[in-house]
Amino acid sequence: MSQRLASSVRFAPSPNVTTVRRAFPLAQTLPWLAGPVWLVAALVTWRAPDADDFPATNDLAVLFAALGVVLLVAAAGRRLSARAPWAIALGVGFGLWEVAQAKLLWLPRPFFGTPQDLLDVFQSDWRKLGDSLLHSLALLAIGYLGGATLGIAVGAGLGRSPRFRYWVRPIMRLIGPLPPVALLPLAFVLIPSSRVAGDALMALAAGFPVAVLTWSGIAAVDPAYYDVARTMGAKQRFLLFHVALPAATPQIFVGLFMGLGASFSMLVVAEMLGVKSGLGFYLQWAQGWAAYPNMYAALLVMSLMCSALMTVLFKLRDHLLNWQKDGLKW
Amino acid sequence: MVISPSRTTPLALRLEHVSHAFHSDGAIVPVIDNVSLQAAPGEFVALLGPSGCGKSTLLRLIAGLEAPKEGAIYGDDSPVTGPGPDRIIMFQDPTLYPWRRVRGNVALGHDINGRADDEAVTAALKLVDLLDFERAWPHQLSGGMAQRVALARALVNDPRLLLLDEPLGKLDSLTRLTMQTEILRVWREKQFTALMVTHDVEEALLLATRIVVFSPRPARILADIPVSLPERRHRDDPKLLSLRKDILAQLGHREDW
Ligand SMILES: Nc1ncnc2c1ncn2[C@@H]1O[C@H](COP(=O)(O)OP(=O)(O)OP(=O)(O)O)[C@@H](O)[C@H]1O
Ligand SMILES: [Mg+2]
Repeated sequence: MSQRLASSVRFAPSPNVTTVRRAFPLAQTLPWLAGPVWLVAALVTWRAPDADDFPATNDLAVLFAALGVVLLVAAAGRRLSARAPWAIALGVGFGLWEVAQAKLLWLPRPFFGTPQDLLDVFQSDWRKLGDSLLHSLALLAIGYLGGATLGIAVGAGLGRSPRFRYWVRPIMRLIGPLPPVALLPLAFVLIPSSRVAGDALMALAAGFPVAVLTWSGIAAVDPAYYDVARTMGAKQRFLLFHVALPAATPQIFVGLFMGLGASFSMLVVAEMLGVKSGLGFYLQWAQGWAAYPNMYAALLVMSLMCSALMTVLFKLRDHLLNWQKDGLKW
Repeated sequence: MVISPSRTTPLALRLEHVSHAFHSDGAIVPVIDNVSLQAAPGEFVALLGPSGCGKSTLLRLIAGLEAPKEGAIYGDDSPVTGPGPDRIIMFQDPTLYPWRRVRGNVALGHDINGRADDEAVTAALKLVDLLDFERAWPHQLSGGMAQRVALARALVNDPRLLLLDEPLGKLDSLTRLTMQTEILRVWREKQFTALMVTHDVEEALLLATRIVVFSPRPARILADIPVSLPERRHRDDPKLLSLRKDILAQLGHREDW
């Protein structure tokens, strides 16, 4: 017994040890590589001659260099380990983009810009971009939050009240599957304020999936959950707010995610077609002037906004559903 | 193990010619057939009967979760028309709320009735020996632990009538012994009326003051047996053993093993 143990002990560790040793220096050096990559990109941007008269080349070099320094500091503070490969890849990517377009002009202009074009848009037009972002956020907040609240209320009604279900279900079945975009022309005619019309349609776009999933979530609640509360004297109000809705929360969040995506689409379309402000309007305007760098900048801002809002919703879900065994990581 | 010494006035229970049936696939399935039963305040009645005969259904009727098709149920001479916190049922399945921690599950009755009594919750958790797990989520508990939480959740309401539906069914035999003693102790201390469904004849004989034996579905009362045994009972008491033999015979087991 002891002999067998000894031989297996002698045998087992050797391959492990070698792999660990080989992997060790890479994991250690990778974070230190990120800063230099960006510094090299900065140097190339600064020293290599531009193929044309581009704005903000030196500013871009300074930005790259600053990022390189920040990354070096992060590496020294050991705060970079997991993100190091991404930091390196982005540095290489921006460097190659800079070389390919600003220094060699490989791709046709003006559809493809240079990094400094993008930077220039942010430098010169940040006020308008920021303003558009705020307008979009305001429109989205009212439309989405209103729609989500309404959706949960309607879903709760459908799930708990037979009479409500009798009257509302046919209406839901008729209007729900219609893409809210189709109602846009009508909404702009019927509702004098284009902002209110946009909000109403966004609420509709978000509200439908939320209502359906809240309803199905409540319908799937184990009846025994109600019995437990009822035997202790719970009334309808408690059963709705403390049994049905918590039990349906995982489903409700599926609806909230779908609704958020739907209201993003609705937001952009509404801003492009009627509401005269916001990122969608900015995109439309940039296209009208063939200002492609502005378009890229607006798209970047828009995707950052959507991603940030998704993250907020995921955080909220993780917070409210911390009782679940596991969940998707965003 | 201290539980708050608050006593409740136990409920007097009376069932008069109660019958019940379910509709399933267009057919009417009779489940309870003309059951008349009384439990004096503070009595501990065990309900025995074959699986599927209608014992759980009977408890649901008494709790007021469903109305019987025929007959009437009275608590202290007033008819039962719906559920109420003086008649608490502990279900066969623990059915804890997964979105509440153990402590939150035990405090459910307080939340429903707008009471806040942390000490009572703590005492109930101690009673079932789960104070260490008060912050756990239900999915982190074993089946037996979940059932103990369900018992604590029932007890915390200070019921005047406690309806227990196989409360110890999922426990291992050792925990079962401890819990039997605990239920008995709480019952003596709080003096509620208790109705307990069990499959275990010995358990019924150890705990109950009376045993009611039901027929296969639809449930009719076959026998109503007072258990005149001393307060401290012993499994090997010859009187208990002979009662056990009688009851098993009622349930259809002729030969003893
Ligand atoms: N909601 C229902 N709808 C239709 N039939 C039901 C319903 N609930 C129970 N039954 C039927 O009623 C009968 C009695 O069920 P019940 O749960 O009361 O039995 P039980 O005596 O508690 O059985 P066990 O000891 O196995 O728990 C069963 O045949 C069951 O199929
Ligand atoms: Mg049962």
